[in-house]
Amino acid sequence: MAAQTVATNDTDTAGTDTAGAVDLGPASALSCRECGERFPLGPIFACEICFGPLEVAYDLPTGDPEGLRKQIEAGPDNIWRYAPLLPVPADVATKPNLNPGWTKLVKADNLARELGVTGGLFIKDDSGNPTHSFKDRVVAQALEAARAFGFTTLSCSSTGNLAGAVGAAAARAGFRSCVFIPHDLEQGKVVMAAVYGGDLVGIEGTYDDVNRFCSELIGDPLGEGWGFVNVNLRPYYGEGSKTLAYEICEQLGWQIPDQLVIPIASGSQLTKIDKGLQELIKLGLVEDKPYKIFGAQAEGCSPVSAAFKAGHDVVRPQKPNTIAKSLAIGNPADGPYVLDIARRTGGAVEDVNDEQVVDAIKLLARTEGIFAETAGGVTVGVTRKLIENGLLDPSLTTVVLNTGDGLKTLDAVAPTSGPSAVIKPSLDAFRSAGLAG
Amino acid sequence: MSVTVRIPTILRTYTGGQAEVPAEGATLSEVIADLEKNHTGIAARVLDDQGKLRRFVNVYVNDDDVRFEQGLETATPDGAGVSIIPAVAGG
Repeated sequence: MAAQTVATNDTDTAGTDTAGAVDLGPASALSCRECGERFPLGPIFACEICFGPLEVAYDLPTGDPEGLRKQIEAGPDNIWRYAPLLPVPADVATKPNLNPGWTKLVKADNLARELGVTGGLFIKDDSGNPTHSFKDRVVAQALEAARAFGFTTLSCSSTGNLAGAVGAAAARAGFRSCVFIPHDLEQGKVVMAAVYGGDLVGIEGTYDDVNRFCSELIGDPLGEGWGFVNVNLRPYYGEGSKTLAYEICEQLGWQIPDQLVIPIASGSQLTKIDKGLQELIKLGLVEDKPYKIFGAQAEGCSPVSAAFKAGHDVVRPQKPNTIAKSLAIGNPADGPYVLDIARRTGGAVEDVNDEQVVDAIKLLARTEGIFAETAGGVTVGVTRKLIENGLLDPSLTTVVLNTGDGLKTLDAVAPTSGPSAVIKPSLDAFRSAGLAG
Repeated sequence: MSVTVRIPTILRTYTGGQAEVPAEGATLSEVIADLEKNHTGIAARVLDDQGKLRRFVNVYVNDDDVRFEQGLETATPDGAGVSIIPAVAGG
């Protein structure tokens, strides 16, 4: 298959300026999403010229889409089936990693009936990943970059899911880990982040405070030699979310769904899913057709939704106050790009309150047997609201993301989920409870 | 007012590699102007063509994000710590 250059973002990716010693497969350079300045592959994340986010540019395999499709389909049942499209070496599947991905795309007919969707409704259920959230995808990418750049400690700022994913990936790969979280996270996430044996540090503050702390730590000798997956490895880390787009399309028979509903925390996942869809189109793996991307936030942390509704192209930060803690980023780094994508594709950004989040978690559980974490309650709740508002077309194929497992956020539903009755172990008692038949 | 400014790695070419530098000014705007006087070129990295903070730059005066305060007109009291941080982290 000829390796030719494909522009995979708004900048020209012609030419290669890869640092010679680094083998990250088809990745050729880092490119600023704002000004287009290019940099050799390295552990950097912000443009020296304008502070804009750096993205991975590729020399992707073009010219033989059928051959590429067959190569992918013959690959492993995890994200490495897409290795030719990711910043990883060709032999990535042989290295110790959590090998996430290839999670279920559930045809949600019962939920579709409840919501009045007739065009096909699917849940991309990423709770099936090794640490039960989509974060395993992005961490797997960051781990390979960390290996390539010679780091031996993995770190991150996290709202919980990422901390667990980093801890587990580091354990598998033999790295040290030291991760930072807000001190008041759900117990399930704290335990899950700590159990892998790395260091877990609670910071007295919000996620945005933790993020600021990590950004300062990285420029200090205290953090020297550390690979922060969502700071200095962020360009590579983010690419892991492209695999959600690849999998959804492949699982739909190499077709792009008409509509996607995606949660927004930093906004990185949504922008990378869009990037993944655009790559599939450019590579000829799917038909070029319109699609709409909808972003979902919790009302208590809805800076992107507020900006979308106000018609702004910048996002004013908020101080979060919501049960959807995995989405509680008040100053979302990729917020402006989410606005661009929602508007470019004809989608929207919407939010739901905490009560609606809980209702939606229970609705999904009751109709499809999928227990989503609060972020999944946000996407399902927003889907329902978008249909009610006439923004999402129920006659079209729609994919809704569930990015994490409800077992991590039991507190959200515990007050309203419990036994139907507590009875003596006798038939009379069961009869009296009125549950027979 | 004398303040200490924390410089992110990508701007340290302007400060001779120093992670922290002193600056003078009663507001953030004045502090940046003073930084420019001693470290020519640094202001154009932090501010856009209209003289506003670039959208991917976060600036904190002590623990406060200036976007929650008065932006470039945020007061910088004597002894304050000013941190310039790339915004594209996290998530």
